[in-house]
Amino acid sequence: MTTYAYFPGCSLNGTSKEYGASTLSLSRALGIELEELDDWSCCGATSAHCAGKEVSEALAARNVALAADTGRDLVVPCAACYNRTRRAAQAMEDRKTRERLSQIMGRTLGDPVHVLHLLELFARPEVTEKLQAMVTRPLSGTKVAAYYGCLLLRPKDTGIDDPENPTIMDGLLRQCGVEPVEWYFKAECCGASLAIPQASAVEHLVSRIITNARSWGAEMIVTACPLCQVNLETRQSTEPGTQPMPVLYFTQVLGLAVGIVPHDLCVPSRVADALTREAVTAGGE
Amino acid sequence: MAKIGVFVCHCGTNIAKTVDVSRVVQASGRLPSVAHAAEYRYMCSEPGQQMIREAIAEKGLDRIVVAACSPHLHERTFRNCASAAGLNPYLVEMSNIREQCSWCHHDREVATERAYEQVAMTVAKAYHDTPLSQNSLPVERRALVIGGGIAGIQAALDIGDAGYPVTLVERTPSIGGRMAQFDKTFPTLDCSACILTPKMVECASHPNIRMLTYSEVEELSGFIGNFEAKIRMKARSVDLKECKGCGDCWEKCPRKNIPSEFDAELGKRTAIYVPFPQAVPNVPVIDRANCIYFETGKCGVCKKRCPVGCIDYDQQDEIITERFGAVVVATGFDVMDTSVYGEYGGGRFANIMSGLQFERLMNASGPTGGHLVRPSDGQEPRTVVFVQCVGSRDEDKGHEYCSKVCCMYTAKHATLLKDKMPNVDAYVFYIDIRATGKNYEEFIRRAQRHYGVQYVRGRVSRIYPEGDRLVVCGADTLMGEQVQVEADLVVLASAAEPRSNAKEVARMLGIGQDKDGFFAEAHPKLRPVENLTAGIYLAGACQFIKDIPDTVAGASAAASKVAALFAKDHLLSEAQIAAVDPEICRGCLQCVEVCPFSAIEESTYKDPFRRIERTVAKVNPNVCMGCGTCAAGCFAGAAELAGFRDEQVFDEIATAVATEAVMELSWAVAPETESEA
Repeated sequence: MTTYAYFPGCSLNGTSKEYGASTLSLSRALGIELEELDDWSCCGATSAHCAGKEVSEALAARNVALAADTGRDLVVPCAACYNRTRRAAQAMEDRKTRERLSQIMGRTLGDPVHVLHLLELFARPEVTEKLQAMVTRPLSGTKVAAYYGCLLLRPKDTGIDDPENPTIMDGLLRQCGVEPVEWYFKAECCGASLAIPQASAVEHLVSRIITNARSWGAEMIVTACPLCQVNLETRQSTEPGTQPMPVLYFTQVLGLAVGIVPHDLCVPSRVADALTREAVTAGGE
Repeated sequence: MAKIGVFVCHCGTNIAKTVDVSRVVQASGRLPSVAHAAEYRYMCSEPGQQMIREAIAEKGLDRIVVAACSPHLHERTFRNCASAAGLNPYLVEMSNIREQCSWCHHDREVATERAYEQVAMTVAKAYHDTPLSQNSLPVERRALVIGGGIAGIQAALDIGDAGYPVTLVERTPSIGGRMAQFDKTFPTLDCSACILTPKMVECASHPNIRMLTYSEVEELSGFIGNFEAKIRMKARSVDLKECKGCGDCWEKCPRKNIPSEFDAELGKRTAIYVPFPQAVPNVPVIDRANCIYFETGKCGVCKKRCPVGCIDYDQQDEIITERFGAVVVATGFDVMDTSVYGEYGGGRFANIMSGLQFERLMNASGPTGGHLVRPSDGQEPRTVVFVQCVGSRDEDKGHEYCSKVCCMYTAKHATLLKDKMPNVDAYVFYIDIRATGKNYEEFIRRAQRHYGVQYVRGRVSRIYPEGDRLVVCGADTLMGEQVQVEADLVVLASAAEPRSNAKEVARMLGIGQDKDGFFAEAHPKLRPVENLTAGIYLAGACQFIKDIPDTVAGASAAASKVAALFAKDHLLSEAQIAAVDPEICRGCLQCVEVCPFSAIEESTYKDPFRRIERTVAKVNPNVCMGCGTCAAGCFAGAAELAGFRDEQVFDEIATAVATEAVMELSWAVAPETESEA
């Protein structure tokens, strides 16, 4: 069993409980242990780096230092947490910055650990192979649109893939029997935190993304970011007669494919039923 | 005892504004060995030079120090001046108190002291100067031109017309280069081929030009006036002399699906082919990598069809070695691969193409016979969007530089499009319009006003497919709005860049490259067609992107440099060159490695005392450019540069670090010397 330090951040215990639950269920099934950091703190999110560079680096660096204490690489599922934490780890590479951060924190910071997003962990060849071998219900009957949003990809030096045409999630899903569609709004803005001050802007952006995904034949959107998921799921227009577009985390979809019960993945039974029914039909042909 | 004369220039106010020249003259006059010190407003002027000549004659000066501008500008002037007064020109030294002192100081006191210190250093160096002389070299009056595009063609024609034999080497099967690929030329819109082909034909029939197509220069050695080139004439598999160019062979060739390089991969060609109908020579080659006969040993259709029996499958590459006096490099440019632009599809969408591809689609000899259609489905477009600066002015993904020709060729493309298909909507996204040539701005205006091309000032953020069309998203920064255009075809004004093999070619020829990889000129303003390696000249876009008028002008300039070189009976070699003292040399050959001009070679030395033969380094005085790298790199102190010998440089340094002491000494000890105001 491989063990990683795990930083869930606030979302995975709140608005995206299902991302947290499915992450842990899937990892457990794979024999990967995610050991939650003891006494982790806020990553700073978007607010801290608007307030100041040092406070944003110090907040996230604290978690990197906690991981360094365990001596394990740090896995982060939330796109925003990942972005801030990775940025802090990069800043800690610089001797002067590290000294300054040590001063702020009142403790000596050592070398930063490697910070990786959950997608990067699952896309490692040995993990993907294992996952592939465990697939019992290939969900090949459902066409999905892999949606990346911004924080996983930008800026370039913290991004996990090509910011203009990312493929890491598509590849992972395809290898696990899910059928991703080729579409072109993978990295389009979901509106992010504008959901609070200007909901109409988010509704407009979300509807463009959903419409585009539909036009390329997608029946479901798969994401790896709590904020994207919330925006896409809750801000899409519900015109009479149209079925809402389901928006799931990639961990939920892969969890279903390897046969984890929907409850452990927090997948609504309506969605799970539809997916597995189609898979059974597809499998029976 | 040396008698050194110091001449300090005011350079109008350039020096005199921040340096108290009179004080420098007074102090310099008291330096050891200085017999005369004087100042003048413009030392480079005729009266200034006369002052130096007279002082040499009257005071019997045997060393001259001129404190003025950079030696780049006037070293030659003052050497000639000394020479005219009967002094060896290498007994003249310059102290740069303008660029290196007055221009970079504001405080008059500091600048004056600094100028004096520089003069003192130069005096210390001049003290050790010895007379030097140049060697006379023969000149091989034959030129090698590398690259058969419009630059190479023009250079070859001009050198040939001047009466000197030229060998023109072209890598591809035909001369013509990029210009042959273009449809029309801006700003006059004449047909590119129509104005180029006469020159191609003239080149082929010129009595002084020997054309080697499908050939490459593999090695170049030697030096100005005396180069030796090894040229590989690749096996054409077709007899160049016998072939009549009837076309029976390529019409019947069964392998018909090879992407055509000439058509920028949009069209197809056969395995035996001429790249385009007006090719010179109009003789095909067999692309052996794609030929059925060479793959399987069976086929031979071309051989059976050829009415004159000139197909020769057994032909071998031929390597010839020839001597040349000068080399013109005209190897051209490449179009940047824009697949790094994921936001523009990253090369995934057939209907997004480069400007060169559009050029081929509009060309009557192109893959569609000049009929503009979408590559994806052969439909005529209703809307075409042109995106400028793709790869240019973009440090992040492309090049920092402006590719210079794209504004114009995009306007040309849009004009040609609207002329041919008036109902098609044409949009151009641009950052700025740079149209600085003769009639260029008018050409852009015409595209906008007469042809109704929509110019949108702003960058395109991304392009994605929707249905069978492309959605182009961008900003209109004049309106302050985001814009979206649905297009059928998008043409990217892809940057021009150095040839992909520019580095290897530069190394093979021993010439430098600039930060972007283009071949470096000797001086950006004053020696734009020369290379720092004497005898090698640059023409066309291999030096930097040029439009056709600039390319032709540059090629003619390079040719005139060659003609001027060939007009001489003999050449004078550099006098300030390096030499290795075999007595001291221990044969480590570090100097061979560091020499940027390949001027040093391994040699053996018969040691007369120990009666042994040992390895030493030896400088070829004709190749040495006097850079001094070997002298700096020599561990043993065996390599030395004439005019910059160790004692000269060390005394200069000693003076620099001990100037205060020297200054005091000079005030106290030196005899009173009369100084002129």
